[in-house]
Amino acid sequence: MTWHVGTVVDTKTETPTGRSIVFDVPGWTGNLAGQHVDVRLSAPDGYQAVRSYSIASADSSQRVQLAVDKLPDGEVSPYLVDDLQVGDQVEFRGPLGGWFVWRPTDVGPVQLIAGGSGAVPLVAMARAHAAATSTEEFRMLYSVREPADAFFSSELQSLTNEHFALDWIYTRKAPEGAARPAGRITADDLARLAAPAASNPLVFVCGPTGFVETVATQLVELGHDPQRVKTERFGGK
Amino acid sequence: MAIISRGFAGRSREHNPELPPGQYLTEDFPVLSAGPTPELDTADWTFTVQTENGPTKWDWDELHALGTEEVHTDIHCVTRWSKLGTTWRGVPLDAIFEKVETEREFVMQYSYGGYTTNIPLEDLLDGKAWIVSEFEGEPLDPEHGGPARLLVPHLYFWKSAKWIRGLIMNDNDEPGFWEQNGYHMYGEPWAEQRYW
Repeated sequence: MTWHVGTVVDTKTETPTGRSIVFDVPGWTGNLAGQHVDVRLSAPDGYQAVRSYSIASADSSQRVQLAVDKLPDGEVSPYLVDDLQVGDQVEFRGPLGGWFVWRPTDVGPVQLIAGGSGAVPLVAMARAHAAATSTEEFRMLYSVREPADAFFSSELQSLTNEHFALDWIYTRKAPEGAARPAGRITADDLARLAAPAASNPLVFVCGPTGFVETVATQLVELGHDPQRVKTERFGGK
Repeated sequence: MAIISRGFAGRSREHNPELPPGQYLTEDFPVLSAGPTPELDTADWTFTVQTENGPTKWDWDELHALGTEEVHTDIHCVTRWSKLGTTWRGVPLDAIFEKVETEREFVMQYSYGGYTTNIPLEDLLDGKAWIVSEFEGEPLDPEHGGPARLLVPHLYFWKSAKWIRGLIMNDNDEPGFWEQNGYHMYGEPWAEQRYW
C-alpha cells in the first residue's frame, strides 16, 4: 500500500473539541462505510507521526472526510482540529479494515450505537445506506454528553425517514423538554430504543472503551447473538 | 521525500530505541476487541491442543500445575501504541508442547467468543510465548482477555489471542480473523508488518 497526498479543501467545526475535514486525495479509489485510514504528518525536520482515523465519508470519489475529536494530551489530533487549514497537506494510507464495515448489498436490519466521536464510522454507514436508497431497516442510537457534543447532528437528523430512525442519549445535559433525563445509557434504553434481539440485527457499537464494554455486555444480556455485535473501541480503561 | 504538513511540529524528538518504527508510547492500556467481552468462569474453562494425533485438554488447575513464570516485556499494538515494561504471569507454551506430539508447523489460536489468529509453531516455543492469567500482579481483566490469553510479545498484539480456548495444529499457515480482514500473516513490529 502506498501513501497518498491529501489536500484540505474544507473544514467545519462540529463540536467544542472536534471538527470535520474534507481532503482531496488523488489516487484514492473510495472506501467502504466503517473503514479507517492511516494519517501521516511530517515536520520540516523529517519527524513523522502516524495515527488511524475512521472515515466519515463512504463513496467512490477521491474526497475523504474525517471527523476528529481533540485529545487533550494528543500529538496529532490537536494539530488536525486546531491548526490544519484549507490547502494544507497530510498523507493517507488505506482504506483499512474489512470487519467493521457495512456494504449496501448487506441484507437485514442494522442497529448503530455510538458514543461521542465514535459516531464517525457509523455516520459513514448511515450515509451509505441513504446514498444506496437501501430499504433495510437502520436505527441509530447516539450517546453524547449534551447536544452540542454531537458530530453531524443536523445531517443525521435530515437522513431520518421510514428506513432510518435516530435516537439520542444525553449523559450530562438533555435539551429542554426531553422525555429522558440525562444519564448514562442503560439496558432499559437499549431494550426501548434499539432493534430487538428477535429481529437478529447486525449491531455496530463504537465509542470509548467503557461505553462499548457496557453496551456490548447489555446487548448480549438482552439476547443479541454475540457474533452479530461488532465493536470498535478507543482509549484505555 | 514525504510532503511536509505545514505547522506540524510534533512532540518529541527523543528517539526511544525500545519503540518499533511508527509506534508511540502509551501509559494507558487501550482495549481492542472485535465484539463483546465473553463472560468466563475458570471453573468451566478448558484449554485444548488439537493435533494430527487428537486433542490434549487441560482444565484451569491442570494447566497452571504445569508451572507459571513471571514475564517482563514490551507490547506493541498494530494500532500504533506500545507499552513498555509490562509484567505478566503465565504458563510457558514450552511446558504445554512438552506434553504434545506433533509434526505440524503452524498453529491457529482460537478463543471463547470466536476469535482466531494464526502463528508459526516456532514463534510459540523457546521462551517466546505464554498463557497468561495475571497482569501487574492482578488477575487479568476480562476486557484484556481474562481469565487467560496468549502472550506473544515479539509480534503485534493481535497475535496474542484474548480469552484463549485452544490451539489447532495445521500443515499450512491459514489466515485467522484479522488476517482475513486486511492484516499481515506474520505481524513483526520491527519490520512494520501491519497490513497485506
